[in-house]
Amino acid sequence: MFSIIIQIALICISLSMLGLVYRLIKGPSTPDRVVALDAIGINLIALIALLSISLDTSAYLEAILLLAIVSFIGTTAFSKFLEKEDIIEHDRNL
Amino acid sequence: MSLLHWAVLAPFLAALLVPFLYKLVRRIHTGWFVLFIPIILFTYFFTLIDTTRKGSTIIESVPWIPSLHINVSLYVDGLSLLFALLITGIGALVILYSIFYLSNKKESLHNFYVYLLLFMGAMLGVVLSDNLIVLYTFWELTSLSSFLLIGYWHHRERSRYGAQKSLLITVFGGLAMFGGFVLLSYIGSTFSIRELIMDSGQLFEHPLFIPTMLLILLGAFTKSAQFPFHIWLPDAMEAPTPVSAYLHSATMVKAGIYLVARLSPVFAFSGTWLWLVSLFGIITLLWGSFFAVKQTDLKGILAYSTISQLGLIMSLLGVGAAALHYEELDDNLYLAATVAAVFHLINHATFKGSLFMVAGIVDHETGTRDIRKLGGLMQVMPITFTVAVIGTFSMAGVPPFNGFLSKEMFLASMVHVLELDIVNFTTWGALFPVIAWIASVFTFIYSMIILFKTFTGSLQSEKLPKQPHEAPIGMLISPIILASLVIVFGLFPNLLSTSIIEPATAAIQPTLTNDLHVHIGFWHGFKPEFWMTVGIIVFGTMLFITLKRWWRIYSIVPEQISLNNLYDQSLNMIEVISLKLTKIFMTGYIRNYLIYIFIFFIAALLSTLFQKNAFTIDLDHVAPIGLYEVILAVIIASVSIVILFAKSRLTSIILLGAVGYTVSLFFVLFRAPDLALTQLIIETISVALFLLCFYRLPKLGNRKEERMAFRWNNALISIGVGITVTLIAISAFSSNKPFPPISSYYIENAYKEAGGKNIVNVILVDFRGLDTMFEITVLGIAALGIFGMIKLRTGRKSE
Repeated sequence: MFSIIIQIALICISLSMLGLVYRLIKGPSTPDRVVALDAIGINLIALIALLSISLDTSAYLEAILLLAIVSFIGTTAFSKFLEKEDIIEHDRNL
Repeated sequence: MSLLHWAVLAPFLAALLVPFLYKLVRRIHTGWFVLFIPIILFTYFFTLIDTTRKGSTIIESVPWIPSLHINVSLYVDGLSLLFALLITGIGALVILYSIFYLSNKKESLHNFYVYLLLFMGAMLGVVLSDNLIVLYTFWELTSLSSFLLIGYWHHRERSRYGAQKSLLITVFGGLAMFGGFVLLSYIGSTFSIRELIMDSGQLFEHPLFIPTMLLILLGAFTKSAQFPFHIWLPDAMEAPTPVSAYLHSATMVKAGIYLVARLSPVFAFSGTWLWLVSLFGIITLLWGSFFAVKQTDLKGILAYSTISQLGLIMSLLGVGAAALHYEELDDNLYLAATVAAVFHLINHATFKGSLFMVAGIVDHETGTRDIRKLGGLMQVMPITFTVAVIGTFSMAGVPPFNGFLSKEMFLASMVHVLELDIVNFTTWGALFPVIAWIASVFTFIYSMIILFKTFTGSLQSEKLPKQPHEAPIGMLISPIILASLVIVFGLFPNLLSTSIIEPATAAIQPTLTNDLHVHIGFWHGFKPEFWMTVGIIVFGTMLFITLKRWWRIYSIVPEQISLNNLYDQSLNMIEVISLKLTKIFMTGYIRNYLIYIFIFFIAALLSTLFQKNAFTIDLDHVAPIGLYEVILAVIIASVSIVILFAKSRLTSIILLGAVGYTVSLFFVLFRAPDLALTQLIIETISVALFLLCFYRLPKLGNRKEERMAFRWNNALISIGVGITVTLIAISAFSSNKPFPPISSYYIENAYKEAGGKNIVNVILVDFRGLDTMFEITVLGIAALGIFGMIKLRTGRKSE
């Protein structure tokens, strides 16, 4: 019973990812895509958590934490890029 | 190491010392020190005459590469002794001459004598070697040292051209000859010439016999300036005159003659050999003598004359080979041709050496070698004139000089060609005496041109760069010695006959000479060759007097279709064509090179796959496929395809990030947590780096960002690569695996042996730690490289 619920949840999240991928491909603007990518990252977290339940392992918990950080950093980088057209500002003279 | 080995080695050792002597003892001309070497060697070889006269030989061997049966075996018989005497004897005279010819102050003598000694040693090695590989080694050394000597005045453009030309042609022939040697040693399964001669009967039947012969003849013909490879010799006249006298009349150009004579016992059983050697010889004889008349430069005439005389000797060797086919005859008619070849070889070395030295003296004392400017030197330079008279008359074949004797013997041999009845000689053989006679007439004419145009007539002092006067006595010694040899051999030819000619002939015709008695007489009676000689002198004199009337025939054939022009054009064409070819495929665009690489990849792998019938599909071992795997695959495939059609670069980067994250999800799904972790971080970093690059990209001006242009060939290639890789992956998965994987060992032993529960990490740092170390190195190098590229701006400073 429990495993069937997990399977259903996995399929739902996969379908939602497909929807997000549609938004990623379709656009129309870059911020749309960035938000889609961010949401994909969060969906990935959920997916990995569900998978580690279904695989009955705790090996992926680090991956979940990491993905949360990385997806935040990635989205921030994109946002900064969209705003200032640069990721790291150069105050020093190189 | 025997005395013989030291004799060959001596010039090389002396060459090492020459630069020191030149630097330390500046007051004395370096040539005086060098002069000792050939004199000592000549005396040594002179003492060996006794041995060869009795018919015995000397063989000395020192191992060089014994595992390959290559030994420095030196072998002395009549033929090699004759050449060794020529090399050392004329070498000594040439060095003596060069002491007075080359100035101690103006010339870089250390270079000159090092090259000359190298050449002398190499030439001795060529004629004394019994091992084919050692012979080839020395052969290339002669080519190399000759190249250095021709280009001695390397600041002159013509010298460099002549040196390059002679090197290209002789090395081309040398390499062909090397191929012939390898084939010959393969057929006879030995490198030793003596052993090859012993089994020459069996070699004849081998299918590779004819190619072997052609390759070796190619080497001999290029070295000995036979038609059509003679073109390098006239251009080699840019060398200093002592070099021309030594290399290009007496020694190096006779290396090919030596080779033909030495290998005659191996090849002469074949009619093809007989035919080729005599035909090329006689054509060269006619060609060289005909074009010698055209030349206006003294050394040019002498160069063409050398070509024609070498052709004469070569044709005699060819005809001499006929002796093997007529063993039953007792009158030794064809053996006489070999005797004539050996005799003329000696004669040519004496008179041509003296004539070159005369040309050098004329050049040295008047400043020009152009016969149109010269004339009337008879009163000014009486001694030189006397030497020139002896040399030219001997060359023309006039009694009482030695050239007369060998020319008579030559004509007699050519007349006997009429009696040959093998390999089409009956039909075409009649041409031989005719060509020989015509060529001899031309020989007479150019000999007279050298003599009379230079020394008679009126002295044109205003045209000459220097005021002419007699040469210093030191310069005259060598030509006088050679000229007196011309007379001595002319008057007493039998001095040579038993001591040198008989053993040399015995070496060329080892099976036939049991009862050989060479006797060279002046008078044969009223035989055909006598009347031919009379005809040569009469017609030659008539044609020489009327030279101005018929000289125009030389301008009938334009310069454009000469062999020299052919050589220049083909050399030029090779460069132009290879440049064009290279430009076709070396475009400088990476996309083209990638196309080559991928097409090769597809062609090689697909053809192998289908030739070997290696394509198999076997779905028995496939694991069950879950729904989310399908969904993930759909995501990754659709995103990848969309990247290809993305309009903006930013979209491509975002989509690429999505691909990377999905791949990490695959890692999760296939239970690889470490890979998933690393993949996530690396993907984020590389997306950030892409964004950095994106910002730095140059503005495209008015052009908007465009979708990648579609190209059919690119699409086909990429689809081809994909299909190839997929097919191979399917086949590799389906085929039966011969061995079980070794991973069970790691699973069992990771904790037991290494004390870790994470198997991936234990493999990375423990079982296979070495790979990790070098991956770390790669990252370190990459980091340093990036830092260097950013910080180091050497190019900008100059701007």
